[in-house]
Amino acid sequence: MHAWINRQSLLVDYTLSALARHAGRNLAILAVYSCLVFVLASTMLFSDALRRESRALLSHSPDVLIQKLSAGRHAFLTAADVERIGPLRGVSRIEGRRWGYFYDPAVRANYTLMAVASDPPARGSIRVGEGVARLSGLAKGNALALRSPEGPLHVFTIEGVFREESSLVSTDLVLMHPEDWIEFFQVASDLCTDAAVTVVNPAEVRNVARKVAERLPGSRVVLKEEILRTYDSLFDWREGLLLALASLLAASFAVLAWNKASGLAADERREIGILKAIGWDTRDVLTMKLWEGALVSGCAFGTGLLAAWIHVFHFRAPLVAPVLAGWSVLYPRFDLTPSLDPWMLLTLSFLTIFPYTLATLVPAWKAAITDPDAVMRGSE
Amino acid sequence: MNSFIELEAIRKVFHEGEHNEFTALRDVSLSFSRGSLTVLSGPSGSGKTSLLTVLGCLSRPTEGRVKVEGELVSNLPEPLLAVVRRRTFGFVFQQFQLIPGLSALTNVVLPAYPTGKPHRVIVDRGLALLSHLSLGRLAHERVERLSGGEQQRVAIARALINDPPVILADEPTANLDSALSSAFLQTARELRDEGRTVILSSHDPRICDAPEIDRRIRLLDGRITP
Repeated sequence: MHAWINRQSLLVDYTLSALARHAGRNLAILAVYSCLVFVLASTMLFSDALRRESRALLSHSPDVLIQKLSAGRHAFLTAADVERIGPLRGVSRIEGRRWGYFYDPAVRANYTLMAVASDPPARGSIRVGEGVARLSGLAKGNALALRSPEGPLHVFTIEGVFREESSLVSTDLVLMHPEDWIEFFQVASDLCTDAAVTVVNPAEVRNVARKVAERLPGSRVVLKEEILRTYDSLFDWREGLLLALASLLAASFAVLAWNKASGLAADERREIGILKAIGWDTRDVLTMKLWEGALVSGCAFGTGLLAAWIHVFHFRAPLVAPVLAGWSVLYPRFDLTPSLDPWMLLTLSFLTIFPYTLATLVPAWKAAITDPDAVMRGSE
Repeated sequence: MNSFIELEAIRKVFHEGEHNEFTALRDVSLSFSRGSLTVLSGPSGSGKTSLLTVLGCLSRPTEGRVKVEGELVSNLPEPLLAVVRRRTFGFVFQQFQLIPGLSALTNVVLPAYPTGKPHRVIVDRGLALLSHLSLGRLAHERVERLSGGEQQRVAIARALINDPPVILADEPTANLDSALSSAFLQTARELRDEGRTVILSSHDPRICDAPEIDRRIRLLDGRITP
């Protein structure tokens, strides 16, 4: 065992000195490699964090959402519709919600205006998302003027701004008193945009949804799990898009590494020949190359992953967020909970360490299995 | 059965079956005893280097057998052959074949790396060998900065690091002047006197005709000639 450890330590020692001899070239490879890991890791960390975040936030959302359709378009639910659902077996709570979109030409962004029934803002006051405050340059206590679709200008006082932590869902949100909402959109007071249903037994959600659909034909019933799936699909699709691009980079890098290794410079081939001639066997040469691959890819992996971690969880991923989080004018600003999924690490290492090591090892193996007498014959 | 190394009916063919097939050795049978200094002589292309590579287990004969201490080694699998090579032979190549960018000491200790001996033990032996060859002060100098004679002594120290019983040297004086050639011969004689088997290939008359040589083997077109 001691001999094995000594042998490995000596091989590492030699590998380090071999790397130091071509310091410029190896540093360049390390830099490109680290950048590649950085892009892949940023994409995966950010997507993973977004999925976690959306799951965490949606865990508080209603089990079932009911929307009314008219000629295939979203229409208002009436108070009577909502009342018909309440008595259904399994429904613990139903709440008609009022919300709508508003385009603010001043900042060229869409807001979501929502009425809150419990603990609403005072009449004439609003609570706004971080994105709204940021984009309009306003803070708590300032006035925000919005021109209603009917024409009149409504001036609201900002009584609060949501914290950035909730920005994923609240960035474009404007919460107002129900009476203000009705007045602003000029919608009848017995109408609501949709209804949120809470179900007593989570296992019964699908049954309740079926009963709602029977009770309100022509309505669209959306389950929380479906929204979660949609989010997952959305983030998966965006992540896939970036990963596909990054994988192209990875493949190019592997081809480059392969090219570099398979076109082993004459001095490298000679070196392998010398090592074999002085008593190293193929296994020793391959172990040395394996250490070389492990050291380079380990350093690049560590550096890239650390940089990606800082990029995503400290700087909020400015390089990948535009693609992964959405294309809205109102980019949400939010803090993601740092987390590292072992499965993600495994995938990332498979995508990066494996191709590089293979690209280093195979050509070295081809050089190492040739007879060492080439060294002597070369000198004849 | 005093022979340390035996070659039996060795034939060595390069590029066999191809248009450029070349037979380097033809029916060569030889044996070498311990503590002898032998020179293989002959013109360029006569098969000296091929014979050394087959002797030193750097390449396998196309036909024939190589035995070390009575054990057949020419049919051993590569890992075992590497062990035989490491334990039995020390090589001094014509161009020295040192690895540039590394110090003299690192070059010297490289053959000992696969043995798994402690680093300190290997380095101490390397330093002792370099000192013995008057290179102690240059141990940490990069080999490409050393003179031809110094490089050759580094190559000799490297050949001795695993304390092998056999030293093979291919045209060791080809790149050296007279003084350095004499110095090499002196070293070869010392190695022989230590009980090692020293086999040199050379067509340098200063080596071939030197009185220190115990045995002269002449090769011509891959055959041993009288």
